[in-house]
Amino acid sequence: MAEVNTGDGGGHGKHEKKRAKKSSTRIDMTPMVDLAFLLLTFFVLTSTFSKPKAMEINFPADSKDRSKDQKVNNAITFIMTKDNGVFYYNGEFYPPNNKDAKPPTELTKTDFSKEGIHKLLLDRYKPTLDAIAILDKRFKSKEIVDTTYKRLINLEKGNKDALTVLIKADDKAIYKNVIDLIDELNVCLVGKYAVVDMMPTELELLNITNK
Amino acid sequence: MPKSNPSLDMTPMVDLAFLLVTFFMLTASARVSEPVVVDTPSSNSDKLLPENVILVTIDDKGKAYYNINNYDVRIKTLERMGAQYKVDFNEKEKKEFAKMTSFGVPIETLKQYINMDENGRLAAKSPGIPLDSLNNQLGDWIQFGRIEAAKQAKTQKDKAEKASRAFKYEPIRFAIKADGKANYINVKQVIKVFTDKEIYRFNLITNLEKGNE
Repeated sequence: MAEVNTGDGGGHGKHEKKRAKKSSTRIDMTPMVDLAFLLLTFFVLTSTFSKPKAMEINFPADSKDRSKDQKVNNAITFIMTKDNGVFYYNGEFYPPNNKDAKPPTELTKTDFSKEGIHKLLLDRYKPTLDAIAILDKRFKSKEIVDTTYKRLINLEKGNKDALTVLIKADDKAIYKNVIDLIDELNVCLVGKYAVVDMMPTELELLNITNK
Repeated sequence: MPKSNPSLDMTPMVDLAFLLVTFFMLTASARVSEPVVVDTPSSNSDKLLPENVILVTIDDKGKAYYNINNYDVRIKTLERMGAQYKVDFNEKEKKEFAKMTSFGVPIETLKQYINMDENGRLAAKSPGIPLDSLNNQLGDWIQFGRIEAAKQAKTQKDKAEKASRAFKYEPIRFAIKADGKANYINVKQVIKVFTDKEIYRFNLITNLEKGNE
């Protein structure tokens, strides 16, 4: 560009020559910048920030043995079924015409909305939650230290009178509902919960209730 | 200013651009192509998944896929599986297998699956790893993977001790990554495979819930 302007138009040529001389000391960075931005765009678009999260859960060694000598003071059992259905009953399960002559257990329908399981859990778990709230207050006012606070909370969660939640699912329940329930339990700070197998009598009752 | 230079000084911008490029290059991890896309349910758990993990993926049809992270452990596990099920894998196939991610084919067709190229693998229909009590291949994969991982950790520990370096032993963890739409019964089957091997603690992989509390 710059070297052909020897003959034509004096003023103009002079001007161009001058500018060319001046700019020759600088490197044209445009291609490099183009490339940099191209790479930048590429990495912005392809990089994934969300590392997978996980929740840890323990499963009982053999759920069959467990359900036999299950002696829980304060239990609630959730049963998942098809179409996001979830039922619950309190305490122990009594089939119709049981030998203790107790009234047979009835299943109550609930759902995953705020008014459903969440409210129910907060309600049933209130004694422990109240105790935890007191601990929270003591911790905030620096009455107890960090480790003591954690220990006391775990003690409170593992208290034998604290609510125990049993989670059962039938053949048509989907995995998401189970996770949603466990998540809800974690949110409500429930310490004692287990995913266990259904008893045949429960399944029978479920099939009758969920027609 | 009639004679001011029309070109901008781009240096700060370029500096910034390269800084960002460097940042993204260093933080980015290459997305691996999995044979199946799984839509995990969301939860409020913010625990990160441990690095050293045996991962069983369950898709929405209930088929199981197996994955183990470590390159050497993968090769060893494949050798053990090959010996168990009388399938011979040559060196090339072992190397290729070590580079793969999750797979969901029974050991009988694994050889063909390994010999496909990446696109072929993605296009191939995975029947899932058999896990019923008669043909519990998933259980064997888990068992061998676990043994080999423990062995490798031991050799690393010995090596570290010889060089008098500190070694942080991290036991292998077990993770289940299931699709939210999968039937719970399928997940339960996989859990049973684990509990039969006396593994009771799992990480269930979830997405972090979007703030709708």
